[in-house]
Amino acid sequence: MLDAILWPLIALGGIGLVLGLGLAIASKIFEVKVDPKVEQVRELLPGANCGGCGFPGCDGFAKAVAAGEREAGACVALSCDNLAAIGALLGVDTTPSEPKVARVRCHGDSENCISKYTYTGIHDCRAAAMLAGGPSACAFGCVGLLTCGKACPFGAIYLSDKGIAAVDESLCTGCGRCEAICPKHVITVMPKSRRVFVACRTNEKGKAAAAICKAGCIACGLCAKKCPEGAITMKDNLPVIDYEKCTGCGVCVSVCPKGSIAINDEKNVNICAG
Amino acid sequence: MEGFTGILLILLSSILVNNFVLSRILGICPFLGVSKRVETAVGMGFAVTFVMALASVICWIVQKAILDPLNIGYMQTIAFILVIAALVQLVEMALQKMVPSLYQALGIYLPLITTNCAVLGVAILNIDEGYNLIQTLVNGIGGALGFMLAIVLFAGIRERLELARIPEPLKDFPIALISAGLMSLAFLGFQGIV
Repeated sequence: MLDAILWPLIALGGIGLVLGLGLAIASKIFEVKVDPKVEQVRELLPGANCGGCGFPGCDGFAKAVAAGEREAGACVALSCDNLAAIGALLGVDTTPSEPKVARVRCHGDSENCISKYTYTGIHDCRAAAMLAGGPSACAFGCVGLLTCGKACPFGAIYLSDKGIAAVDESLCTGCGRCEAICPKHVITVMPKSRRVFVACRTNEKGKAAAAICKAGCIACGLCAKKCPEGAITMKDNLPVIDYEKCTGCGVCVSVCPKGSIAINDEKNVNICAG
Repeated sequence: MEGFTGILLILLSSILVNNFVLSRILGICPFLGVSKRVETAVGMGFAVTFVMALASVICWIVQKAILDPLNIGYMQTIAFILVIAALVQLVEMALQKMVPSLYQALGIYLPLITTNCAVLGVAILNIDEGYNLIQTLVNGIGGALGFMLAIVLFAGIRERLELARIPEPLKDFPIALISAGLMSLAFLGFQGIV
């Protein structure tokens, strides 16, 4: 009776002991020293691994922050509280970075822009763009298959009811994944404080642009003429806004006959993502 | 079924005919969890290969040297899990030191090899089939290579699926399960070879 309990106990205990000792020795051989601060910083980061900081993931960024190589404020998705907590943890001043947001620089939705052909291939803008520049008649506009939305780690990009990518700015952290993946470079990450931006990318001359898209810039130059600050110049049939001079008055938006300049009226821009 | 031919048959059987994932339906957790990218699937395959080969040999020794003489064969499951858990710990430590990038890519699925039933499955099957030490080693390596074959093929399919236009309700996981089922059907074609 006693044997039936004793032998399994000794056998399993013995195996466990041997393996445990083996692991203890192995842990000395394979020891990897980890700075405890890295772990703590990592806990405070959002953990979305969006890559907005330039590192492939939050782990790499946490290491750089703990080592003092990068400022925690470089994380675009960090909330104010956590930023302050990281500052307190590392004993450094943390100044939040200028909040950024992705904006779709195209108004060529299904109502405005005509279509060249019906695309039924792989559901991906990059694939569609390879086929004669995409189904949209405009070679510069949004393809509308939402590859940016699939790339967004925060679910901030959706397809508007008129078939064009749109950004929910309350969710967007400005990480820039969409900007990198868009084959048409329609999405631009810009400081959230920018009130106006040119929402058209066509380099076509006026007549050609107007034939394709109702919202396309016809390069009339009215915005450049009427801007009270002289902040707008025309380049390659598109207005270019000098944000050093721009005050966000919105005159360009009201004079544009095509509505190609977008205005953003969000008040109280919060510095941190949270 | 002795000698070299027998060993070749065991290898062929464990890789293709009785593929652990697709025929025996063991080790599904990492098969579905780490098959999004081919690179990580290959890494997982190598980690499992190492653990499986070593585990089948050590478990065989434990069975023949400790459990059988003491007549406590009923302790098999616990003893084998003990061995496998320790081996996985060892692999984890070694990977963290030597290939940190792979360690991060495998993430939670690395410690989960412990509960990968394919590893315990191969260890127990070796005993049930009455294999000797060499046959055990070959069966372990073969089973692991079969696992690697299945997971790498599946990862390739899933990479293609990401670009495919899939009906909304079937996106991501459902279509992965359906593809896995179809792959399993395809591997059914090997039945009867050995």
